[in-house]
Amino acid sequence: MENKAYELYKKRIKKKKEIEDRTKKIIVTVAAVVFAFFFIMPTLLTVTNSFMAASEINANYGAIFATDKNGAKIFISKTVNLKFIPDMVSFAQYYTVLFKSPEYLFKFWNSMIYTVPIVGMQLALASLAAYGFSRHTSRIKDVIFFCYIVLMLMPYQVTLVPNYLVSDFLGILDTKWAIWFPGFFSPFAIYLLTKFMKRVPKELTEAAEIDGAGEWDIFSKIQLPLCKGGIASITILVFFDYWNMVEQPLILLKDPEKHPLSVFLSKINTGEISLAFAVAVIYLIPPLLLFLYGEDYLVEGISYQGGVKG
Amino acid sequence: MKINSFIPKRIKQPKQRVKTIGKRGLVSWLFLLPSLVGVMVFFVMPFMVVIGYSFMNNPIQKEFVGFSNFVNVWNNDAFRLAGGNTLKFSFTAVPLAVILSLVLAVVMESRIPFKSFFRSAFLSPLMVPTASIVLIWQVMFHQNGLVNNVLMMFSDSKTDWLKSDKAYIVIISLFLWKNLGYNMILFMSALAGIPKELIEVARIESAGKFQIFWHVKLRFMSPTIMFVTIMSLINSFKVFREVYLLTGDYPYDTLYMLQHYMNNKFAALDYQMLSAAAIIMFIIVSVLIYFLVRLEDSYGKDVEG
Repeated sequence: MENKAYELYKKRIKKKKEIEDRTKKIIVTVAAVVFAFFFIMPTLLTVTNSFMAASEINANYGAIFATDKNGAKIFISKTVNLKFIPDMVSFAQYYTVLFKSPEYLFKFWNSMIYTVPIVGMQLALASLAAYGFSRHTSRIKDVIFFCYIVLMLMPYQVTLVPNYLVSDFLGILDTKWAIWFPGFFSPFAIYLLTKFMKRVPKELTEAAEIDGAGEWDIFSKIQLPLCKGGIASITILVFFDYWNMVEQPLILLKDPEKHPLSVFLSKINTGEISLAFAVAVIYLIPPLLLFLYGEDYLVEGISYQGGVKG
Repeated sequence: MKINSFIPKRIKQPKQRVKTIGKRGLVSWLFLLPSLVGVMVFFVMPFMVVIGYSFMNNPIQKEFVGFSNFVNVWNNDAFRLAGGNTLKFSFTAVPLAVILSLVLAVVMESRIPFKSFFRSAFLSPLMVPTASIVLIWQVMFHQNGLVNNVLMMFSDSKTDWLKSDKAYIVIISLFLWKNLGYNMILFMSALAGIPKELIEVARIESAGKFQIFWHVKLRFMSPTIMFVTIMSLINSFKVFREVYLLTGDYPYDTLYMLQHYMNNKFAALDYQMLSAAAIIMFIIVSVLIYFLVRLEDSYGKDVEG
């Protein structure tokens, strides 16, 4: 008898807990959905609005970009609509961007020309340097690493004059080298990669040393493969950063022909607003592909950082 | 007997070690060399020139004027406004970003469905082009924009978000929106990296959920917290790009950042003032980072050891 009552009691408690857990789960999930919606909204909006006809875009957002004769923004008391679904799906914007006005594709190509070599070189140099920092740590290296962190943290406006001066001195102002060089040597990737490499267990490298492996072997056969995830995730971060650059080209490249797409996109005005979304979608494709390809690395690469410790 | 036989070994060992470290240490410097040379040429040397400029009356006449540029910049109202705003922004936005992403990570760590979908959703702001962000933020916070339209249901007054003291809220939310996702991922992986035994032991010793979080998880994650803080600090300086594109050279007072100040000085070819401002900023950031790194060192070692 007693036993049965106890069983019943246990069952009831268990059920109560289950219901509690489930409601908790539902609340958290709903909150996450709402949150997630806000996070994806701009991406979604960009994509759906790229299928709107020019007239529809102008009707919706024209008020923001209305300017008077002098180019100053004026106030129009018209509601700005945020519309997700176009009244009529139209490919006119894409047609214009892809076939009628080749300058967008040129600028897209410019973006590629600037970003890809910077990512490659910065990562290559950073792998070497990060290895140098993670091995045989000494006081001087700590000081240099600290300087790198400070350098990395400097807002672009602080390095602006130095950048300009060097480019001017080397005579590379207004060429792609002016964008490339500071990118190649930016310490951002070094900082991140050093963090990764320092987490690789010492036993591994020590074992290799005892087996007579040279530094280059340890670097290329142990550290690099172990930090693959880290390298992939840093690649993504560096790519996003330079793909979106605005300040550097504006200052170092006087010729608008040479500007990357990011600069053009940032200067949207009334005339081109109808094209802005379609251009933005095309602009979004490389980062999106990289993101889809490397998202797992982004997560896994970082977990490695936490996982090896201890 | 025993003691004697040990002595020679002890003397020999350090000698050998010094020799191998010396050679290998030298090689490790070779790995650093390309980067060091590049940083020297493209960042350090020009920065020396900037230091030179900050002591001259202007880059053409090159007359030595001592610290007068620094004094001028320091007493400049625009510089003070900009510096105050930048400090205020970094000191509110960075802690907010760290705490909120930590909360988000803890929530995401609990078993919720479609985890990978949510993860991608929170990371997606990373790849949205700055220009699209600016466009959509303008649509949302315009005088007749979405946010005001929603708020109109509750009250009658309209806020001009970008041209009032509330502009600050807009920029903070933009910053958080853009950076929470990545920070969250960093925290999630740190949480996953905490050894299960540690939590188990704490539970056996009858520690509550909150105690476990506070004393075990948080302490174990302290290196990650430092890392996220540094990353957020970098990004808090980068938010200028969006502010600039949203509001132009001379935004509302509360949004006038140090970067605006420097940009405008650059446009005015006022190199000596710009250099002095840059150096002041450099010093402040260096001190800040110095303390952060020291904190990271002491905390990190504490947990690892």
